[in-house]
Amino acid sequence: MSWSYVLDLLRISLHAMVPITLTATGEIIGETAGLFNIGLEGILLISAFVGALGAGAGGPLVGLLVGMGTGMAIGFLFSVISAYWKGTQMVAGIGINLFGLGFVAFGLIKLGAPGFHAVPAAAQLVKLRTPMGALSPLIFVALLLPFVAYWFLKRTRAGLILKAVGENPEAADVAGINVNLTRLLATTFGGALAGLAGAYLSVAWFGSVTKEISAGRGFIALATVVFSGLNPLLGLVGGIIFGFFQSLATWIKTLPTKTIPWQFVDMLPYIVTLLVVSGVVGRVRFPKALGTPYKRE
Amino acid sequence: MTGNEGQPGGWLLRGAHRTLTGLHPALESVLAAVVGLLVGAVLMYIWGYDPWRAYWALLRGAYGGSYEIASSIARGVPLVLTALTFAICLRGGMFNIGAEGQMYVGAAAAVCVAYFQLPSWLHVVAGVLFAAVAGAIWSLGPALLKLTRGVHEVISTIMFNWISRFLVFYLVAYVLVDPRQAQRTVRVPLSARFPILVPGTDLSYAVFMAVAFALFAYVLLWHTAVGYEVRAAGLTPTAARYGGISVKRTMLLSFILGGVAAGLAGAATTMGLPPTYAIISGLPELMNLGFDGMAVAMVGRNHPIGILVAALFFGGLNAGGRVMQFYGSNPVPLEMVRVVMGAIVLAMAIPELARVFPALAASGRALVRMLSRKKPVEEAA
Repeated sequence: MSWSYVLDLLRISLHAMVPITLTATGEIIGETAGLFNIGLEGILLISAFVGALGAGAGGPLVGLLVGMGTGMAIGFLFSVISAYWKGTQMVAGIGINLFGLGFVAFGLIKLGAPGFHAVPAAAQLVKLRTPMGALSPLIFVALLLPFVAYWFLKRTRAGLILKAVGENPEAADVAGINVNLTRLLATTFGGALAGLAGAYLSVAWFGSVTKEISAGRGFIALATVVFSGLNPLLGLVGGIIFGFFQSLATWIKTLPTKTIPWQFVDMLPYIVTLLVVSGVVGRVRFPKALGTPYKRE
Repeated sequence: MTGNEGQPGGWLLRGAHRTLTGLHPALESVLAAVVGLLVGAVLMYIWGYDPWRAYWALLRGAYGGSYEIASSIARGVPLVLTALTFAICLRGGMFNIGAEGQMYVGAAAAVCVAYFQLPSWLHVVAGVLFAAVAGAIWSLGPALLKLTRGVHEVISTIMFNWISRFLVFYLVAYVLVDPRQAQRTVRVPLSARFPILVPGTDLSYAVFMAVAFALFAYVLLWHTAVGYEVRAAGLTPTAARYGGISVKRTMLLSFILGGVAAGLAGAATTMGLPPTYAIISGLPELMNLGFDGMAVAMVGRNHPIGILVAALFFGGLNAGGRVMQFYGSNPVPLEMVRVVMGAIVLAMAIPELARVFPALAASGRALVRMLSRKKPVEEAA
C-alpha cells in the first residue's frame, strides 16, 4: 500500500467531517435551548438542492448563502411550530424529512435528469491547494466553529441564557428571559448551520445533487450530538470519528483489491455510529426541558 | 378515542400524546390533509404546473371507478402495516421510525419461499411467517439497544434502516438473485402468492391480512390487559412503573409487534402486489413505504381504525399519482405525492390547527356583520 492511498483517506475524512460537524454544532446550540430537531436530514437534503440551484445562478458563495438561508427558513418554521405553537417536535421533524424526500426528488425531475443534477465546475467552491492535496476552505470553518461555539456556550451571557432556557424554562421566564424567542433564535441558527452543511455537500464537495445526497448524515449528526453531551468540542471529535468511518467506506471501495462486497463496506459508518452511541449513552446528561414545549402556568 | 377521555395527566401528556386527547381528531386530520394539498398546489403552481388539472387527474385516478378504487386499496395495504409499526410503538411511548428497514428484511425473507415447495395455502402462510419473524428479529436490535444501553430509538432505527438497506442490496445481488435475470431476485412461485381479489387489478387477498392485523392491534391495545399496560407505559412511564407495570417488557413487546407489522408489509408487497413478485435491484417497489407509513399513522391518529381510513387516502394519493404522472401535456411527477405527504405531517404537528377553522369562521362572521351594518348607510347615501 502506497502513501498516496493513506493521504487520500485523510483528505476524504477531512471533507466528510465538515457536514457532520457543522450540523452537530448547530443542533448542540438548539438542543441546549431545549428544542430537539430530528428534521436535520431533511434540511441537509433540501438545502443541498437549493444551494446547488443558487450556485448555478450566482456562483459558489451565493450557493452557500442560499443553502444557509434555506436551512434557516426551515429551522425558523420548525421552531415556530414547536416553540410558539407547542407542536410535537418529533412529528414536525418527521414532516420536514418526508417533505425533503419528495421536494428534492421532484425538483431533480423538474431540472431534467431524474435523480441527478451536476453543479457546473464554475459554480463549485474552489478548493485550496495544500501539501495534502485540494482541500475545501470550509474544512477550516468546521474545525474552528466548535471552538467558537464552546466559547459562546460556556463563557458568554447569551450562552448561559440558552442553557437556562433549556434546563429550566420556568425560572428563565421569571428572570425576564423570553423563552420562546430564545428557542426560536437558537434553532433558526442551528438550521442555518445545517443549511450551510447541506450546501457544502453539493456546492463544495460532491459537485452534484442526488436524491440521497444527505445519506443519513442528519441522523449521524444527531448521534454526534448524543455522543458530545452538548459539548461542541466533543462534537468536533465525534464529527471527526464519524467522518473518518464514512470515508473509510468510500476509500475501501477505491482500493484495487476487492475483498468485501461493497454493500457491507457501505454499512460501516452506520454500524460504527450505533457502536459509538451505545458506548456513551448513559454517561451524558441532557437539558431537563429538552423536547417539551414551554407553556406558562 | 376509546377509554382515554377525562384521563388526568396535564398539559405535558397532552403535548406528547395529543393524538389521544384531541377534541376533533378526525377534523384535525382532514384539515391537515387540506393544508398539505394546498401546499402541494402552491408548489405545483410555482414550478409551472396546473394544480387543478393535476388534482383532477389524481382524484379520478384514485377513486374514479371500481378499478381505480381497487388500485388505491392495493397501494394502501403495505401502508396500513408500516403505519401500525409506528402507531403501536408510539402508543408504547416510542418513536419507531424503523419500519422501512424492517419491511426490507421482511420482503427478503418472504422471497425465500421460492426455494421450496408446499401446498398452496401452506406456502402463503410460510411466506407470511418468514416475513413476520424476520421483521421482528430486525426490530430487536434497536429495542435491545434502547433497553440495555439507553440508545434513543430515533437514532438506532435509522441506522438499522441503512444497514438493512445495504444488507438487502447484497441479498438481491448475490444470494436471492435469479440466475436468468440478474437485476432482480427469484420470483415468488404461484403457490405462494396472495390470490388476486378483483381480477384485472392489483388488489390481492393481502388486504385481508392488513385489515386483520389492524383489528388484532386494536383488540390487543384496547381490550386486553397487556395492551392496557403498553398504553399506560406509553402515556406515563413513571406512573406505570409505580403501578407495577414492567415498562421494559411493554417496550420490547411494542417493538416486536411493530417489527412483525413491518415484516408483513414486506410480504404484502412481494407476495401480493403484481406484477413482479420479486425484489428488483434498488428496491423501487419497497423504497419509502416505511416512511410513508408514518404519515398514514399520524393522519390516522395512531389508531388502527383511523389508519385503515388514512391508508385509503394515501393509497389513493399513490395510485392517483401514478395516473397523474402521465396525464396531460405537462404531467406532474409522482414525487409530488410525497411533497404533499410531508406537508400534511408538518401540519399534523401543529396543535392549534383545529382552531384555525373557528377563527376563520369568527372573522368571517365579523366581516359579514361589518358589511351588513354598512349597507343601510350606503343605501341612505
